[in-house]
Amino acid sequence: MEAIRTQDVSINDLPWKIEYSSARCTMCGSCVSACSFNAIEAAMERRSMTISTGHQPEPSQRHRALPVIKQCASIANACVGCGMCEKVCPNNAIKPVRNLDSRVNYLNRSGGAPVKRGGRNAIFSHERTLDKIMVGRISQMTDPALDSERHTFDILAPFGRVLLPHELPLASNGQELTLTGKTPPVNWIYPVIFSDMSIGALSTRAWEAVALATAYLNEKHNLPVRMCSGEGGMPIKLLKSEQLKYMILQIASGHFGWNRIIQAMPHMQVDPAGILIKIGQGAKPGDGGLLPAAKVSKTVQAIRGVPKADLLSPPNHQGLYSIEESVQKMFLSMNAAFKFRVPVAIKCAASATSVSVYNNLIRDPYKICGGFFIDGIQGGTGAANEVSLDHTGHPVLSKIRECYLAAVKQGRQGQIPLWAGGGVGLTGNAAADAFKLICLGANGVFIGKLLIQLCGCVGNEHGRCNACNTGNCPAGICTQNPRLVKRLDIDKAAQNIVEYTLALNSELKKLMAPVGNSSLPVGRSDALVTTDKAIADKLGIQYVC
Amino acid sequence: MCRIGAIKSKIAFHPSSALHLMLPQQEGHDNSGFAMVMQDLEGTFADCKDKPLLSLACTQKGAAMVEHFMETNNFTPVHEWIPRGVRQPGLDIKAMPYYIFRAYDYPEYYRNASEEAKAELLLDIRLSLRALLEAEEQGYVYSFWPDVLTLKEIGDPRDIATYFKLWDNNGNLMAKNVVVQCRQNTNYDIVRYAAHPFFLQGYTLCANGENTFYTKNKEYQKSLHRGYVGFESDSQNFLYTLHYVLNVLKWPIKYYKHVITPLPFAEIAKRSDHAELTAIRQSLGHLEINGPNTIIGMLPNGSMVTCCDSKKLRPVVVGGDGTTIAISSEVCGINQILPNRNQELDIYPNEREVVVITPELEVERWKQ
Repeated sequence: MEAIRTQDVSINDLPWKIEYSSARCTMCGSCVSACSFNAIEAAMERRSMTISTGHQPEPSQRHRALPVIKQCASIANACVGCGMCEKVCPNNAIKPVRNLDSRVNYLNRSGGAPVKRGGRNAIFSHERTLDKIMVGRISQMTDPALDSERHTFDILAPFGRVLLPHELPLASNGQELTLTGKTPPVNWIYPVIFSDMSIGALSTRAWEAVALATAYLNEKHNLPVRMCSGEGGMPIKLLKSEQLKYMILQIASGHFGWNRIIQAMPHMQVDPAGILIKIGQGAKPGDGGLLPAAKVSKTVQAIRGVPKADLLSPPNHQGLYSIEESVQKMFLSMNAAFKFRVPVAIKCAASATSVSVYNNLIRDPYKICGGFFIDGIQGGTGAANEVSLDHTGHPVLSKIRECYLAAVKQGRQGQIPLWAGGGVGLTGNAAADAFKLICLGANGVFIGKLLIQLCGCVGNEHGRCNACNTGNCPAGICTQNPRLVKRLDIDKAAQNIVEYTLALNSELKKLMAPVGNSSLPVGRSDALVTTDKAIADKLGIQYVC
Repeated sequence: MCRIGAIKSKIAFHPSSALHLMLPQQEGHDNSGFAMVMQDLEGTFADCKDKPLLSLACTQKGAAMVEHFMETNNFTPVHEWIPRGVRQPGLDIKAMPYYIFRAYDYPEYYRNASEEAKAELLLDIRLSLRALLEAEEQGYVYSFWPDVLTLKEIGDPRDIATYFKLWDNNGNLMAKNVVVQCRQNTNYDIVRYAAHPFFLQGYTLCANGENTFYTKNKEYQKSLHRGYVGFESDSQNFLYTLHYVLNVLKWPIKYYKHVITPLPFAEIAKRSDHAELTAIRQSLGHLEINGPNTIIGMLPNGSMVTCCDSKKLRPVVVGGDGTTIAISSEVCGINQILPNRNQELDIYPNEREVVVITPELEVERWKQ
């Protein structure tokens, strides 16, 4: 008899427990090899068995050693519930089950380090304001609805700084207007941007799948979808290719990848679609970026020009101490880098201060901010401190509305396009989310987490997987482990993204048609209603019951 | 659905023509009101063409308030027409106690001012009068502009005409241009300000349809110009955009259509003026309209313009006989007043077309 050591970690302390049936198991070993977290192992168990071996039943009780699959009772090897074991098991002998009695939060800070994980906010993601809003102004008699199949729709959004009408350098001869001067570059693109996930955070193959889908949507389906590179650059071959025009290059506080981008500039055949300066991220505002050394593969080292080490993007841009500074330095230098031909936008985490930032940008006399991307608390991340992920941030919805209304008050709506992200498509229907955000004042939206879910990511807001930070992504998406990366079928992943986007495009039309609009109803808050009085008051939309 | 109409003629005509234009179309306009703007006046106001003419409906107190205000602001009345309503029983009209049409002399210190300065002054006075009367609910001021007269009332247009003796052509009330409409607002509250045509600094407009970008348009227009007020109807947006494009931005008229119903991006890309059209579409995106619409506009020089939205087209037809041209929602109205014209020359504008009738009565039409 041993004394019970109550502080030892037991399986019941872990967030997921393996439900295993030795009677169904043939010990093929598929589950053990599929588990990228080493959460299960083959083991021997001594069991009391009733055995009969003769021609006639002669049961006898014996103890025998039996091979079984066993869960490891260790925090480092805790099951994350990804379900790969269940997926590969030919006999349905094994599956993870959520453990309501988990004590993991009291155990996983051993060593004194903050808990890290990937995924989305797990606390505020369950109640979504977007789901309490309906498209309630349906055209009936006086303004008949359009036909989403028959009519043509202009589903495009601006990326770039738009001037006020009287600021346009237009000369009139009484008959015609002629542009007589330069205006800031504006690209009209699809109102859904494939958002910034870096090579590094994603496996090269997963990133490639998104890039492939982007090019396919443009070239085969004529949908001008743009993809943002994420911080960390991109392959030289792509930088020098025609397809660069589909890409928005990101610069973030670590400036990773920019050495190669700058060196590639003289060889670029086309301009990129835009530049996105990342100031903050909705999932972990104010906490900077982190690419754990485990994910800094040889390719990532080459693209970023760094050694294998933890790669930290600081929480702020060094040498930048105010919004004015950001306007003057970063915008000017990024604009100048491409000779003022490429629009430059900025991405910030949604915050109680977003309207102040937007006001500053919109009043900037240089007129060089080409977009304000607001990223809400429900956005995903590849790696973050859990405390940031779950407890810092701000929903995007009311912030988009407030920024839009701040612009309305100044007669400047549409001048700096508003892009909303962070939870768009969280429940799977990105078209509805996008449409509602657009009615509230966004020009477009950006999606990230949804894309990797389309590639096969099984993570969710209920604590499943979310191990993007470990380098052990079981879907081969957020890992650089060559064995795991091979699990991802690039073509299938790209196909899923393409098909989802085509469906989204049809669904957007299905929402535009009933409200009778052939172009995006930016700011058409009268199209929305809600059964929640507080939401109605806050957003300025109709309360219905 | 509304019915809208306009008549432009080389020879001054009586407003009964406008009623004859509209009444055959009454199935569509439900007889809930009558409103018209007359421009280039003959008859009683023929000698005050350069004097700003105030059109208002008010109470006795309102009339006194206006008189006092105008006097305080150094406007001297020079001529007036105060119609005495025919108060016969059974008339369907919600008449105001007083209708005043009064021409004024500019204040002494404005007599030599530029046209622009005068235009700003007249707008300020009208807005002040509106605020004054609105605050005490004592009346409505529709226009204050030289050679322009506005009449609006709630009720059956035939009865309103009887009340104002508009059926009797005694030569008093004549004009070369009339824009007319016979229905009260059906989407929102019935208020006199919500009835078309709307007027601002020489620009008159009425619209048939529904503007589903009303909220978008309104939120943008509110900060564009101090004269863009009221928004009692979603059709006021059309007038304010017309005024903004022509009067504020001073762009040629063909760009009005490019602002309210811009071409799809794919079509813009194919055109030689794509840089200009793209710039216009992106900078004036919040003035785009949506929904089924037809508009009839009248410009300060007396030109008339008509066009439709680009998708759902409310009908409109233009027909004339060389002396008179009429624009109307339905051809039956034109048949009534111009039965002898050559109908084969009637114009039914399409979704990309703009038709302008010049002061010389020439018809210009082009595709956007």
